[in-house]
Amino acid sequence: MKTTQIVIAGFGGQGVLFAGKFLAHKGMSENLQVSWLPSYGPEMRGGTANCSVILSDDPIGSPIISEPDVLLAMNLPSLQKYVNAVKSGGQIYLDSSLINQKVEREDVEVFYVPATRMAKENGIDKLANMILVGKLLENNPELSSDGVDAVLEKLVPPKKAALLSLNRKALLLGKSV
Amino acid sequence: MADKVLMKGNEAIAEAAILAGCRHYFGYPITPQTEIAAYMAKKMPKIGGCFLQAESEIASINMVYGASAAGFRVMTSSSSPGISLKSEGLSYLAGSDIPAFVVNVQRGGPGLGGIQPSQSDYFQATKGGGHGDYKMIVLAPASVQEMASLTVKGFNLADKYLMTAMILADGTIGQMMEPVSFEEMKIETYEKPWALSGTNCEREHNILNSLYLKPDELEAKNFERYERYKLVEENEAMWEEYETEDAEFCLVAFGIAARVAKNAVVAARKEGIKVGLLRPITLWPFPKKPLLALADQVKGFISVELSMGQMIEDIRLATECKKPVALCNRVGGMIPTPENILDSIRKAQKGEF
Repeated sequence: MKTTQIVIAGFGGQGVLFAGKFLAHKGMSENLQVSWLPSYGPEMRGGTANCSVILSDDPIGSPIISEPDVLLAMNLPSLQKYVNAVKSGGQIYLDSSLINQKVEREDVEVFYVPATRMAKENGIDKLANMILVGKLLENNPELSSDGVDAVLEKLVPPKKAALLSLNRKALLLGKSV
Repeated sequence: MADKVLMKGNEAIAEAAILAGCRHYFGYPITPQTEIAAYMAKKMPKIGGCFLQAESEIASINMVYGASAAGFRVMTSSSSPGISLKSEGLSYLAGSDIPAFVVNVQRGGPGLGGIQPSQSDYFQATKGGGHGDYKMIVLAPASVQEMASLTVKGFNLADKYLMTAMILADGTIGQMMEPVSFEEMKIETYEKPWALSGTNCEREHNILNSLYLKPDELEAKNFERYERYKLVEENEAMWEEYETEDAEFCLVAFGIAARVAKNAVVAARKEGIKVGLLRPITLWPFPKKPLLALADQVKGFISVELSMGQMIEDIRLATECKKPVALCNRVGGMIPTPENILDSIRKAQKGEF
């Protein structure tokens, strides 16, 4: 009887929607009920983007999240927009190489991951999203069991097979932080 | 869940339409339903079908008219302002008594409005939109699975009753992804002796037309058509009831509003308030019978809508105003939170409608 509501937010182009799709597919591979709801419209063309992912043992009611259990913030506007909405006891993952602020709330767990810097240093630019997801998987064992590869294979088109190993690398990097 | 795939609601409509035998898609892009056209553009050429981006919405609905007259399963899709443009064609389709399948993934209005989800085309879909006395079968999916299953259902019903079936969805259901299965879809096929499919010099030629200059003929056509509509009303209403057995208050909501309403029912029951939900799956025919039955049981209804209050009129008619009906709504692309609905429920409990 567990439901996890995850909001992932950042700039368009940071792979926010992809990270959400990965989590939704991962949840589905664990036989959970899942929903994925993107922001759509002008923000997809360079502004802020976000998506809501729900993973649950039970059928999902509304796919809209007003109080996330988990926030994955990839820029400052996103953190500011959602930080107070996160449930008490929830988790916040933020890209600390892009967000120079600390979270003042003390009733949530905060993970500062310098994801963008790590991605650059490891030659996997643009995969900061999956580094953060790697950290999230590490902390949520019900999701982090095997099967990551199979999920990635579903998401990465055959033409871009080279991205498979890079995504895997990003997830492992996140795990090791 | 090996047989389930994760898909957007819009894509599920397109895939289900192909499964139902639709090989002709005519449309014009508009947010938030463009994935339907994109999916069709990709798939149709591979299966010998026809995808055509028309020069306008009006052109595309008339292409639907033509392909349907020739006996094919055909569809178009659009969003609110585009459906307004197609409304003339919808009236002509009704006047000629031929099937069509049309999707409206609604966005905020009136005018160009916005691109965020809305349900403010309820009147347009259920009461007309185009001119003249006519009805469309209006299906309101609340999940990606229903986007698929109601698409197949829509094609079946359109052929069975020779009328337009419309999916009335909204931006949220169109854009969200959920697991969906395409197994166990019941595809029905109907003979189309009326189709303009060539006589082979073996029969009299068919004529499909909506022009009747003799008033007695036109009247007879209308009477005949409404006999058919009566059968639809008697046989095809669909709805879901959730926690209504002991309910003292009943929410009525469709589509995305029903999803949020379900959360509110759970929350209200935790507070000890006995609330249920009736979710119309067909908006026309409207599920009048279960609502009238509930009117003898509950103290009042709350219509949860993404409009200024359109379905609420049908609830009042269906329940013969036996009990008060409150409105809980957000518009313009906003969606009520479970908390918004809970507030309305608490008010209702205090007798405030």
